[in-house]
Amino acid sequence: MARTLDTTPRAAAPRARRLRPSAGRQHHAGPLTYVLLGLAALVSLFPLYWNLVAASHSGERVVEAPAPLLPGPRLLDNLSFAWNQVDMGEALVNTTIVAGLVSLSTVLFSTLAGFAFAKLPFKGRGALLALVVATMTIPPQLSVIPLYRIITDLGWVDQLQSVVLPSLVAAFGVFFMRQYLIEALPAELVEAARMDGAHSLRIIWHVVFPVARPAMAVLGMLVFVQAWNDFFWPFIALTPDGNPTLQVALAGLGAGHHTVDQAVVLTGALISTLPLLLVFAVLGKHVVGGITAGAVKN
Amino acid sequence: MATSVRATGGGSAPPAAQAPGSSAGPGSHSQRPAGRSGWRSTLYRLDLKAAPYVFIAPFFLTFAAFGLFPLIYTGWLSLHRVELGGSAQWRGLGNYSALATSEFFWNALANTFTIGVISTVPQLLMALCLAHLLNYKLRGRGFFRVAVLAPYATSIAAATLVFAQLFNTDYGLINTALGWLGFDPVAWESSKWPAQIAISVIVTWRWTGYNALIYLAAMQAVPQDLYEAAALDGASRLRQFLSVTIPSIRPTILFTVVVSTIGATQLFGEPMLFGGSIGISGGSGNQFQTLSLLMYEKGWVTGALGQASAIAWVMLLLLLIIGGIQALVSRSNRGRGRGRSRNERTKAGS
Repeated sequence: MARTLDTTPRAAAPRARRLRPSAGRQHHAGPLTYVLLGLAALVSLFPLYWNLVAASHSGERVVEAPAPLLPGPRLLDNLSFAWNQVDMGEALVNTTIVAGLVSLSTVLFSTLAGFAFAKLPFKGRGALLALVVATMTIPPQLSVIPLYRIITDLGWVDQLQSVVLPSLVAAFGVFFMRQYLIEALPAELVEAARMDGAHSLRIIWHVVFPVARPAMAVLGMLVFVQAWNDFFWPFIALTPDGNPTLQVALAGLGAGHHTVDQAVVLTGALISTLPLLLVFAVLGKHVVGGITAGAVKN
Repeated sequence: MATSVRATGGGSAPPAAQAPGSSAGPGSHSQRPAGRSGWRSTLYRLDLKAAPYVFIAPFFLTFAAFGLFPLIYTGWLSLHRVELGGSAQWRGLGNYSALATSEFFWNALANTFTIGVISTVPQLLMALCLAHLLNYKLRGRGFFRVAVLAPYATSIAAATLVFAQLFNTDYGLINTALGWLGFDPVAWESSKWPAQIAISVIVTWRWTGYNALIYLAAMQAVPQDLYEAAALDGASRLRQFLSVTIPSIRPTILFTVVVSTIGATQLFGEPMLFGGSIGISGGSGNQFQTLSLLMYEKGWVTGALGQASAIAWVMLLLLLIIGGIQALVSRSNRGRGRGRSRNERTKAGS
């Protein structure tokens, strides 16, 4: 994952530079701007800080008014309890597997389809692209009942493949890569490769992937975050006591499956959030660049 | 020949592509153009014809299996009486007419709508303001951007569990803070509007920063001369924001409206986890049960799959109606936006 994200800076750089001219004559921020932004940052970060605070106290202390505002001494105890009793470790591994597979496959298949829609002429291209976009509005609620019946028949309840398979590729990803490649990949490059007698797979490998790499990194990051935090279908397909992802395990914790100790519940929340937050803290600028780069394309 | 390919690439592809691009093609494939000798040319033409379809096949196969087929199957189920694990009996539109007379359905529909409005409208307005602030020349701009994006990295489940504690009626920090300001404690979970507001706060907290960054990117792409022309006309900063910035980023605003509306229609995890052990019914009086929660309750608690499927199809119809309205709005807006920018250009010229 780190390797994928490493390419993001290069992804954002040329675009940011292109945006700079218009940003060049920005006004300087006054004190009020700083106050308001400080407030926004405080509101954004406080719940996360308080999650850490709550995870470092005893369960009795967390539910005692007034709630604690400073970290307490029990973080390690709570961590080891959540890790051992509630098996957040297993959930962490499951989530990593699911998010990893889903983002890899989404990036690969979206790049292939995005390339076809952007640069290859074929019959029905416009209509099929419109169909891809239209599928984005179909909510998962429309498919979960039959899918649940199917995975029950197959004995796939609590099996990770029932969460991975429906997410192998996403319409958003196809559209995202198409929008990127339509500008970034010159048609002559593909034609020249064709003239050289390169077959399609070779063109994908040697022409499309190198050009698409920055967008692939951004898409991979977006999909990874989404898959890591996905809730609705995993909550149906997996069970908190069986083979859960982090989010499903948290739902079980929240409903009081293992413990009513709120400090342990919030320690679970902390474990599920910390990996992504650490990535954000370390690669923050590049993540921001990636999200804004993706947004411009929309 | 491979070299010529590379030369073209170096010229116009983004710089990032150069390094990997130059390691491409060791030249082993630099045969003469295919198309002269027999099977090779057939293969070449086949490749040319079939490749696009092969490349888009994974998406459409996945969609057919996990999107379209279940969608139709859900429609079929919605016309039947089906119990979990049981067989289906034809019921016609019975499930739908049962919904029409069910107070639970209308309650869930109303809750979905009100929570959707309370969570989407302030969220997008605040995101616009936040983007405007972030667009100033700032010290520590990196910090502010990452800070407002941090909630986006937090999952629905984690965020809701934390906020459920902060909103706790007896010991939550929010009531404590209200107490400092001289207010009485609010029963955030058991009363209707406070519960819906609390749920909306969770949604708003998670998405405001993300939307602000999307707006920010769009704002930075607005051509500077529009602002210069407006400034020459003596437009104040606020006036510039309202009549240059907002119209210029209108497509982006519409995009975020569409995405947030779709999200609001499906709202599930936040109300469920906010309600704790009675989350699926949306609180003791169903005061925050959304359509998704009602569907889940019908399907997985009651075991009435036909009725759950009917709710799912009603959601799809709702989204289609909303999508239609938004398409109309965007079309009329596009017309108006074009008119306005033409006006501005004329004004700038005079």
